[in-house]
Amino acid sequence: MKPGRFSYHAPTSVAEALDLLDEHAGEAKLLAGGQSLMPLLAFRMAAPEHIVDINRLPGLDTPERTPSGWRLPALVRQRAVERSTELARELPLLRQALVQVAHPQIRNRGTVCGSLAHADPSAELPAVMTALDARMQVAARSGERTVAAEDFFVFHLTTALEPEEVLLGVEIDDLPPGTRTSFQEFATRHGDFGLASVAAVVTRAADGTVERCRLVAAGVAATPQRLRAAEDAVLGSRLEPQALVAAERAVHREVSPTGDVHASADYRRQLVSVLARRALAATAQDAPHEKGSEHAA
Amino acid sequence: MLPDTPRPESLQPGEVLWLTTTVNGTRYEEVVDSRLTLADFLRGQLRLTGTHLGCEHGVCGACTVLVDGDAVRSCLMLAVQVDGRSVETVESLAEPDGELTPLQEAFSRCHAVQCGFCTSGFLMSATAALREGPVTTPGQAREVLSGNICRCTGYAGMVQALLEVGEGAPGGE
Amino acid sequence: MIGSPVLRREDRRLLTGSAVYLDDIELPGAYEAAFLRSPHASARILSMDTSAAAALPGVLGVWSGHDLAQLAKPIPPKVTHPELQDVPRYSLPPESVHFVGEPIAVVVAVSRYVAEDALDLIEVDYEVRPAVSSTAAALAPDAPLVHEHLESNVAVHITQRAGHPDQALAEAPHRLSETFTVHRGGGHSMETRGVAARYDVGTGQLTVWDTTQSPHYVRNMLAFLYELSEDEIRVIAPADVGGGFGPKAQFYGEEAVIPFLARLLQHPVKWIEDRRENFLATMMERGQTHRVEIGFDDDGHILAVKDVFEHDQGAYCAGLQVPTITLSTLPGQYKIPNIHSELYACYTNMVPTSSVRGAGRPQAVVAMERMVDRMAEHLGLDPAEARRRNLVQADEFPYRAGLTFRDGSPLTYDSGNFPELLARVLERVGYDEQREQQKELRARGVLRGIGLAGYVEGCGLGPYEGSRFRLKNDGTILVTLAAAPQGQGYETVYAQIASDAMGLDMEHIWVRTGDTSTIPFGQGTFASRNTATAGPATLQAGQLMRERILSVAGVLLKADPSDLTFVGNRVQVKDDPDRSVTLKDVAQVANVGRHGITLPPGVVPGLETTSYFAPERAAYASGTHVAVVDVDPETGAVDIVAYVIGHDCGTVVNPLLVDGQVLGGFAHGIGNALLEQSFYDSSGQPQSTSYLDYSLPSAVEVPPVELVHVHSPSPLNPLGAKGAGEGGTIPAPAAIANAVEDALRPFGARITELPLSPAKIVAALSAARSGAGPSDTTIHGEV
Repeated sequence: MKPGRFSYHAPTSVAEALDLLDEHAGEAKLLAGGQSLMPLLAFRMAAPEHIVDINRLPGLDTPERTPSGWRLPALVRQRAVERSTELARELPLLRQALVQVAHPQIRNRGTVCGSLAHADPSAELPAVMTALDARMQVAARSGERTVAAEDFFVFHLTTALEPEEVLLGVEIDDLPPGTRTSFQEFATRHGDFGLASVAAVVTRAADGTVERCRLVAAGVAATPQRLRAAEDAVLGSRLEPQALVAAERAVHREVSPTGDVHASADYRRQLVSVLARRALAATAQDAPHEKGSEHAA
Repeated sequence: MLPDTPRPESLQPGEVLWLTTTVNGTRYEEVVDSRLTLADFLRGQLRLTGTHLGCEHGVCGACTVLVDGDAVRSCLMLAVQVDGRSVETVESLAEPDGELTPLQEAFSRCHAVQCGFCTSGFLMSATAALREGPVTTPGQAREVLSGNICRCTGYAGMVQALLEVGEGAPGGE
Repeated sequence: MIGSPVLRREDRRLLTGSAVYLDDIELPGAYEAAFLRSPHASARILSMDTSAAAALPGVLGVWSGHDLAQLAKPIPPKVTHPELQDVPRYSLPPESVHFVGEPIAVVVAVSRYVAEDALDLIEVDYEVRPAVSSTAAALAPDAPLVHEHLESNVAVHITQRAGHPDQALAEAPHRLSETFTVHRGGGHSMETRGVAARYDVGTGQLTVWDTTQSPHYVRNMLAFLYELSEDEIRVIAPADVGGGFGPKAQFYGEEAVIPFLARLLQHPVKWIEDRRENFLATMMERGQTHRVEIGFDDDGHILAVKDVFEHDQGAYCAGLQVPTITLSTLPGQYKIPNIHSELYACYTNMVPTSSVRGAGRPQAVVAMERMVDRMAEHLGLDPAEARRRNLVQADEFPYRAGLTFRDGSPLTYDSGNFPELLARVLERVGYDEQREQQKELRARGVLRGIGLAGYVEGCGLGPYEGSRFRLKNDGTILVTLAAAPQGQGYETVYAQIASDAMGLDMEHIWVRTGDTSTIPFGQGTFASRNTATAGPATLQAGQLMRERILSVAGVLLKADPSDLTFVGNRVQVKDDPDRSVTLKDVAQVANVGRHGITLPPGVVPGLETTSYFAPERAAYASGTHVAVVDVDPETGAVDIVAYVIGHDCGTVVNPLLVDGQVLGGFAHGIGNALLEQSFYDSSGQPQSTSYLDYSLPSAVEVPPVELVHVHSPSPLNPLGAKGAGEGGTIPAPAAIANAVEDALRPFGARITELPLSPAKIVAALSAARSGAGPSDTTIHGEV
């Protein structure tokens, strides 16, 4: 399980990286955390002629405050997000999901953006970013563009990124006051890809009714799936038991998962419905999210 | 030791590279193939064979080393990626005839070792975890251990060993 | 020292990273090999073009089965049967392949990286044939034949009977039947297989390093295949091997090819299996489907058991040990006067089956123990009581079960105390309180279940094992074992035994293992056999060595040997410390030879003793497990709330190590029960080809376990030892399946397939709720 031969490049500026991608478009793979790419190379399921290692690009490894929220640039490691007390307070969904992602040894190297660019249908972070309505900052030599999370994940292991493009960062807006989040995953083993998982972002008005709900499932479709019917079932409710059951039933009707050796389609359908209900219920129980204190502009 | 990539005429740019790294406190300047993994570099080129290959796809953890203090799978890094970085392997914990660390002693005392193939990886993962903070409950110990696979011991001895050293002084690895 | 929890000598080098596993051995300049493996489950090789691969810079050569015609002798099955429909298994088959992953060509290059590059350049033209990937498919009418010259896919059909089972079943007041399917998986030792070889032109000796569990078996096989004398081949299992568990006890084509090429090229060659190859081509155990019938009376006495099972043998018969063990494991701890155990071993187009820890016993235990629970349910009996009423009693040993054991001897349990095992595990788990708590929890909607399972395991398999003692010139004792360890702690355990045998402190005794040049005969490490065979051999050889040393020392001290004793590294006249000699002195006289001192007649120089212990028959270890689980009906998650293992391996040499074996075995059992299944699709393509698809239990998945020990020494060897390597594994799937079905009993859900996945549990619940269980227990003529 040794990789095939390739030319290795370690650019030291974004411009250089983009030039390389442009020059070798289609024959190059980006190496960031490597936790997804290296196994593919080992199995020779990927055999690019060029590897562009972006780990030397400066200034991209720290979460940054923006006027409306946060940016996680390309080299922010999953572990850094997991361990950030600020992010745990401001965007708790990130940490809630990250503690279920593999193990610390993987999260020490794996990047947030790398997981998003890889777009595994069972991965946690794509669902999280969809639930957070995040915006992907995509760059090429020809310029930059922004892609909404919901438009970014196109298919199984496929994103809106063109071969010459790089995901430079992801922007997430602050959560409105009264928002609680939950991430529910069920995996065969601790740390495995979930058989299904659900990210919930629920905002409640002062009277306790749900005024905004984003519920996203991973593992039941080729990309993260917004569970809109379930969201509708709880809008305006106070997440009472009958609302939760209605949401569960709605999920059951609206998903069409495929089966494999590990879990049948019927099982995944039941599982994701249960997880959605549990995610919604968890947001009803947690302490209310306070909008973060002062943040740098 | 020279890389094995064949004849110079067929080499592409970026296939053979210099790297400078510090491993277990010793500085090395080496020529490597770009595709040489960190694990194979440590084992094959530096002859530090204490780090083992169990799966080569990042799951079993037998290859775990510390890069700039972080526990990582050396099978999922290229050797060139530790250029300018420092690496710690199991050989940094104790000499073959030297004084064992409290963690190593606890592993032996609690019979946390049978075939030993996974042991280096566990020691490095546990060392990194203990540097971050104490391990005080069996549940926490199992969580710390869950990133490595052992096929022999059933983990009970490791849980016990980790708890025995878990409240030790910082760096009580 | 026997019975003492001595810390292991091996640990230091393992903890400091200075152990030397096969891939660590210094073989400067060694070439590395890679094998091209069939991508098809069944195909004819029409042509192969290796020219581009051979021309790749850095490649020394590429060979196919045709190129290695000298190796075209079939590898005989390890365990056979007179009626086996055997087919040739070649090291590198030249013409046809029968499973995905079968090696068909080998590249030798300057590095593994380059060798793998070369593999990509080999072009093969295949004629793909239809494949079968289950025993059901193999036995279906008009099934494609795995081997075209055979009449069917049945490799062998073996029936064992005791009493009159058909009649007893027909006459039984109650009868129940069920079909159970048990899938197994791979051994997945953390170190994969490997073999390295070096040929010395000067001496003509071929040295082979091999991760094998049986170096002498490999040597004998190579001698056979190469038509050499065994003395020309030295096989060394390194002192450090990273786990075995059964798959490394088999002989594979790669082990024949690599040394052959080293000799051909007159240059060291090494092959280290990677994990992908390990998934494809390392032998494993797979499915058995058991159709079981049990007949019993109103009081829950088992009158008859009939088990007809299909065993997936894989593409070749590498050995019949697994299914023949299943045959005789069926009755377990019970007195069953009428038994019918019937095997259909089927060829399929998958990697051959061979022993993985437990070796065919877990499946038999599932068949028996699940039916005992069904019997209990039928009669409204507590499952523990149902077992109690049928156990062989402590005063009924030796107990003849009526079947034949795998070694051809009548299945005769030597010793044991099954009622005590059961009583002690029930007490430790607090069984009565657990049942009370179960009622309360059920009332609150929590699905709690309790499951029991027991087993009897034949250990200490013959035909023999050896141990050799030598007093070295430096005055230390060297114990040489033929058997090779993979983590069992032989260097410590056998020093303990030797210490007691000789009456000499352990610190003067050293143990080495697994090198055919140091002891000529041996069988190897598998089947939980060594403590009961190499142990007594060590005891005997050690006692002899003591006598020999004392007789020489008696000459030097002018004393009667019976007045002498060991004190430290000296031989001393008892109660007279001034009269002593060191062991080094003894060695000087008896081994090196000192001019002027000739030993008198009757005192033999050259202090070396060897013993090969041949057990009269197998010794039988036993155990009983109890599992307490909670099942989440929404997700199918199983939480093991409590687990107690009762274990009886006879005399315990090192309690620390025995517990380690039991707990380690239990982790395998968790895998078998809840996590591990090697999937193949209908065309024989493996679906479980990496750890992303195949889950090994981590520290989070293995729950804490309590151990209860019972000691019923075996009368069959002077140590009284049995075996401890597999008891943690064997009944775990059955115990957990029983517990899960118990948890789901209010719904009538049936558990008939292992491993249990959350999806299967939810499916069982759905089936029960919809009223039509896919495999309801069939209830026959109630009287």
